[in-house]
Amino acid sequence: MESAQLERSAARGGGRGETSRADPLLEVRDLRTLFGLRGSFADRLRGAEAGSVHAVDGVSFDLRPGEVLGIVGESGSGKTTLGRTLLGLVDATSGSIKLEGREITGLGEAEFRELRTRLGIVFQDPHASLNPALTIGASVGDPLRFHGLGGSDEERRGRVVAALERVGLAPAQQFMDKYPAALSGGQKQRAVLARAIILGPDILIADEPVSMLDMSVRAKILELMLDLKREFALTYVYITHDLATAKFFCDRIAIMYLGRIVEIGPAAQIYDDPKHPYTQALLRAIPEPDPSRTVPRDLPRGEVPDAVMPPLGCSLHPRCPRAFEVCGWESRDLRTLLELRWTQLPEEEFERERALIGDLDVLDEPATECVLPAAPDGAGDDAAEVLERLRAEAPDDPFWKGVASTDVEQGGVRVRFRDGIVPGESEADAALVRCHLYDDAALAKARKP
Amino acid sequence: MSDGPVTASTDTEPVLRVNDLRVWYGTQDGDPVRAVDGVSLEIKAGETLGLVGESGCGKSTLGRGVLGLLPDSAGVEGRVLYRDRELVGIPPKEMRAMRGPEVGLIFQEPMTRLNPLVTIESHFMETLRAHEPELDKEEMKRRSLEALAGMGIPPTRFKQYPHEFSGGMRQRIMIALALVLGPKLLVADEPTTALDVIVEAQILGILADLRRNFDTALLLITHNLGIVAEACDRLAVMYAGRIVEEGDAREVFAEPAHPYTRELLRSIISLDTTGLHYIPGAPPNLIDPPSGCRFHPRCPNAMRVCPERFPIEVPLAGGRRTECWLHGPADEIPPGGSEPLERQEIALAEEA
Repeated sequence: MESAQLERSAARGGGRGETSRADPLLEVRDLRTLFGLRGSFADRLRGAEAGSVHAVDGVSFDLRPGEVLGIVGESGSGKTTLGRTLLGLVDATSGSIKLEGREITGLGEAEFRELRTRLGIVFQDPHASLNPALTIGASVGDPLRFHGLGGSDEERRGRVVAALERVGLAPAQQFMDKYPAALSGGQKQRAVLARAIILGPDILIADEPVSMLDMSVRAKILELMLDLKREFALTYVYITHDLATAKFFCDRIAIMYLGRIVEIGPAAQIYDDPKHPYTQALLRAIPEPDPSRTVPRDLPRGEVPDAVMPPLGCSLHPRCPRAFEVCGWESRDLRTLLELRWTQLPEEEFERERALIGDLDVLDEPATECVLPAAPDGAGDDAAEVLERLRAEAPDDPFWKGVASTDVEQGGVRVRFRDGIVPGESEADAALVRCHLYDDAALAKARKP
Repeated sequence: MSDGPVTASTDTEPVLRVNDLRVWYGTQDGDPVRAVDGVSLEIKAGETLGLVGESGCGKSTLGRGVLGLLPDSAGVEGRVLYRDRELVGIPPKEMRAMRGPEVGLIFQEPMTRLNPLVTIESHFMETLRAHEPELDKEEMKRRSLEALAGMGIPPTRFKQYPHEFSGGMRQRIMIALALVLGPKLLVADEPTTALDVIVEAQILGILADLRRNFDTALLLITHNLGIVAEACDRLAVMYAGRIVEEGDAREVFAEPAHPYTRELLRSIISLDTTGLHYIPGAPPNLIDPPSGCRFHPRCPNAMRVCPERFPIEVPLAGGRRTECWLHGPADEIPPGGSEPLERQEIALAEEA
């Protein structure tokens, strides 16, 4: 069902021009990349599970020939791991990546090596991606040497010269024998682009290619990338945190949050009519170079949570201004809300309330039923009093929609939450969105008490 | 915290006055790098001055020069007056005593500035003990929690270690740590560069509250003009060690006087960008900068006078100033000097 939806959305097409009807160059389905955590020494002795980070957690999309797909997200969203998984630099844990119909996950290093001539990469930091001990000519020619391509030394040199001149490092002789340290950031990124195109790839995966560069240079590198795309019929995956360059550069945009694509669709729609509350927040948060406009204050609170123990339900729900009953409310949200209140209280009041409540760490284990503990020598009513004040202070906080019941007990208040649902993909105009606001079944479930 | 003192804002006396500051670094070849080359500026209480320019224009050196944080090998000339106290040549011990209670600094990388081995509580206690030893422990704790609460850090987390906080929280802890001593002047060098866009917006909100509630003078160094538009009252544009334009942020954005400012504003890629624009070439090396106006090799409006004579600072309406021959003074431009400069194209590769 999920993939059927994706194909429909693909057919409807976000890309510009006729390319959208062609077969996808890359088909990614339910891709997962997990990193195991190393537990403590004692844990390992006991053979206990240390858990894992779901860096990429069920990602599906198509990359169509000739398009520029933007993968946009904040740090910790998994966008870089996604790029590295596509390139085989990190092994996928499960799911499928097909390059022109051929499965490329699980390939051995030797088989993948051949594919690397078709997949190029540009990393964020041009200073770190060139070997300081190699001349620019040697670095740019290295892929040819490595893959045993390009013929004789003489012919190889000719191809390096052509690649350097193509990216604007002309005359090439002036740069061939220099070391990276002698080049500026923009020049280095040009050299990295020359190295990326020298094998004639079909797909170029660019991970933040301009974010380390000065404003005045970014446009030049982006323009060069667009020129190269036209000339060599390239297809780009542009990974970035910067919605402004992505808007200019991309045909389609995928917005990532905690390992998942929360919204994917044609760039024009994502920017003019963002559907997901997270996309909406991202767009509003960008400081525009216009003093007459100011960034709003009602942005999502907090930051991207720890991916080791992501929030239940929709991972955005603790920060989402539009969250409601079924978004996945849980014990940790109660702690967050209480601590938020305590940062705003005068000190004496905080001390008074703090003394009524027991150890908050019991709320850290994610659960849809929990007890807000009273102080060890206190009564359940004390905790109830604090909870009621919390509600009186912010009665409209989405959190309260998720609270099914509160019951005073001996040692505290038992809070039961509504059952959350992990959002699946829903269609919203030309976009696919993972948000219950666009899912009739979830909306219906929320209305039923 | 919102009902803080607002009395000092009527005081028009600048908190910081920099006069003809020069900072240079020695090089192996002998000729010095003139990173800051004759800079003058003022910041009043409760005012935020944004300092922008490409990398390598001397912004960070200027910020460090103001705080006396330059390496010993750097040469410094000129004056830095903090509330009429000269900071150039001040003995290191006295400067150290001022750093914190008088002038504070917020760095770019909050991760590397907190000691991973001690709790947040210890960071605050140590700071307060060093600068205000007369306070008792309770008072120190109260002040610390108040500063942290102002940055949205819950008091329940006072005894945690830096690694238990996210990047944005660590930056807010750094700001709280800078504010707990109540400095009158704060230098923030790219305070949001390492942060995500939503967290960046949160921090910008905090910085805006800061000048409103505490009357802090803020020097905000950034390469992001969106942040300047968001957070700054005035804007100073730095190029090759000089301030080439300075004035009210709104006015400079609406009508940049210097071609460098104009080109810099045009090269921003924002959500409204429909076409790419950039400045050809790169900022010059500061050992042997171009003759005359240092921007002339990249300037689309360059005139014959520009490579010949160093531009003279010209006051403009509204308390603005610029250093560009387009704005005169006319009687200093030799005959024919206003003709367009003929020159060769800048090669694509000679860029930043």
